[in-house]
Amino acid sequence: MDAIPTYRVMDKEGKVLVPEEEPKVTEEFATKIYKDMVTLNTMDLILYEAQRQGRISFYMTNYGEEAFISCGAALDPSDVIFGQYRESGILLYRGFTLDEFMSQCYSNEKDHGKGRQMPVHYGSKKLNFQTISSPLATQIPHASGAAYALKRAGKKNCVMCFFGDGAASEGDFHAALNFAATMQCPVIFFCRNNGFAISTPADEQYKGDGIASRGIGYGIDTIRVDGNDVWAVYNVTKAARQLAVDEHRPVLIEALTYRVGHHSTSDDSSAYRSKKEAETWMRYDNPITRLRKWLHNKGWWNDETETKYRADIRKEILKSFSKAEKLHKPSLTELFNDVYDKPTPNLIAQRKELKEIIQKYPANYPLADFKNGGEDL
Amino acid sequence: MTFLRHLARSNRVSMLMQSTKQSTLPTTFSWCHQRWMSTKSDTTQMTVRDALNIAMEEEFIRDERVFLLGEEVGQYNGAYKVSKGLLDKFGQKRVIDTPITEAGFAGLAVGAALSGLRPICEFMTFNFSMQAIDQVINSAAKVHYMSGGTVQCPIVFRGPNGFAAGVAAQHSQDYASWYGAIPGLKVVSPWNSEDAKGLLKAAIRDPNPVVFLENELQYGITFPMSPEALSPDFVLPIDKAHTLREGKDITIVSYSRTLNFCIEAAEKLESEDGVSVEVINMRSIRPLDVDAIINSVKKTNRLVTVETGFPHFGFGAEVSALIMETEAFDYLDAPVERLTGADIPTPYAHNLEELSFPDTNLIVKAARRALYRKK
Repeated sequence: MDAIPTYRVMDKEGKVLVPEEEPKVTEEFATKIYKDMVTLNTMDLILYEAQRQGRISFYMTNYGEEAFISCGAALDPSDVIFGQYRESGILLYRGFTLDEFMSQCYSNEKDHGKGRQMPVHYGSKKLNFQTISSPLATQIPHASGAAYALKRAGKKNCVMCFFGDGAASEGDFHAALNFAATMQCPVIFFCRNNGFAISTPADEQYKGDGIASRGIGYGIDTIRVDGNDVWAVYNVTKAARQLAVDEHRPVLIEALTYRVGHHSTSDDSSAYRSKKEAETWMRYDNPITRLRKWLHNKGWWNDETETKYRADIRKEILKSFSKAEKLHKPSLTELFNDVYDKPTPNLIAQRKELKEIIQKYPANYPLADFKNGGEDL
Repeated sequence: MTFLRHLARSNRVSMLMQSTKQSTLPTTFSWCHQRWMSTKSDTTQMTVRDALNIAMEEEFIRDERVFLLGEEVGQYNGAYKVSKGLLDKFGQKRVIDTPITEAGFAGLAVGAALSGLRPICEFMTFNFSMQAIDQVINSAAKVHYMSGGTVQCPIVFRGPNGFAAGVAAQHSQDYASWYGAIPGLKVVSPWNSEDAKGLLKAAIRDPNPVVFLENELQYGITFPMSPEALSPDFVLPIDKAHTLREGKDITIVSYSRTLNFCIEAAEKLESEDGVSVEVINMRSIRPLDVDAIINSVKKTNRLVTVETGFPHFGFGAEVSALIMETEAFDYLDAPVERLTGADIPTPYAHNLEELSFPDTNLIVKAARRALYRKK
């Protein structure tokens, strides 16, 4: 049996393969996507270094997977997103500010998560982006459930759920697809097949025809796409959204890409793949370069705008970075909040005990670093 | 989930056996209920099963966002008929038969809760919730905290818990201490029909995830319902224990099914030994009404804990530790007696199964030990 084909719009040089597949987009629209890709890439460089310098505890880069930003462009802002962890680009596209990214990574008083999560576990209620959850693949059935809720509410919206080729081996993936299919949930499952689940290469992860073949088994409309091709990803997401919203049909998209960076800052990929392999991908099939070439061909971007944008955004990120580093830690009271809607008696007792200890030994508990100096405990 | 229909059928047979065995129960219950009913005549009788069913129905009517999902909850009316009639009354939008994947429908329920619905997720038994425990603990219980308080997860995970009858080691476990250990979860376990109705309604209305531990062998038992309990506004507080029987010589604390035996034991101790026994129905495992236990121990100076969970790291272990950590310790005149399920995989053989869980005689024996009485 032949492998499921891969949908493409552009080649590696940014040349359109089939003219009628080229999306009709404006200069502003296309350059916004490109700029966000560059911003994401620059932010990754800075925060990765910050982790190496010990300024933040952890980080995950998006190198090689920047094209998925166009999923954000294909969706409606009120569509709900469940990410895995490498979807910062979509959040950026939706309007998550540099300050918000930095505050989360620094766990400071402006972090929406109040310093309770590892870096890159972003979330924004305002932007309809559910908070990243560390356990693998749990977001996939959540997405089916959230999509069911949207359908029940009669909303013309869908849910988009991201996960990797490794997460697709978890039972949650199979359960979620079967539930979405049987309950006709408006959800787009988007598999970022980047070749590795931490160190496990895709050919040790599964033996079938990728992840796409599984969608067919569950009776779900499925497409495989070149994940480094911004416009291919954009087109399939847009088409999938239409199926999901108009016909309440779940869709599975398998995007083929390559994880150029390490899995996370806790990983050294040179232990299981050659540096040259990653460099080759970066040089010959880089999603950012592809879109830049396409923009060049359109006459919407040039070397000058490139240099200027890169310099400007770097400056802006660094400014936001140092600002976040100087902010206070979240209020001490937050230690006890949000376990339940209201603190339970045992939590109130714990808070009281902490207050008493701090009052008894003020020298051992300097509170200047905390918001309000611990006054609101 | 395993052999579901077969399991449900075999349990009904064993339940019949069980009910003939416990012919003394109705008198015991009517006795103890007289203590808190205004008059005997204004009480209605209701099974725990019906009380749960009515609780769901009332909340379905009250709040459009509430829906039930699980294996066989619709067409089949639930493996134990707790959801009987709900599909007919509310339709497929509100009562959803799911494919057989606990992790799938528990996860789906979490996602629906995150998006503003109020799911009731039925596990055919809590033994099967092990397939979905990551969704309960790492998703439902954590999401409010991990999202910085921006997203709530109002969800009820409910189903029968604890040993049943003749269903062997994989279907006879009490998960109170498992779920009770988790910050972010509320865990309640009803005993009678009023508990079942009032606590389930409270759980459905609660903005936090609640694990609701029912008991298969209690479903068919009839208890009186006060006029207040019949009202659609009847809700019990989740964090408060209920003193079933006041006494001054010894305190017995328990939850769910074993309370039947605690009350019998209390009667026996009173009639045979002239001992006044206080029996506390904890109702909630988390939050635990520690004050209720402390205050009772201060009065009686002796404590017996009764549960069907395993002894290690269980309810009794927790209560004993809490007593040691508070002023209640100074009031104890005897060591705390901890009665639990046997520390073994529950036997299938009926005679051995009976020996694996606390019963009336064992409770009497432990209470006498704590009272330094020999018999």
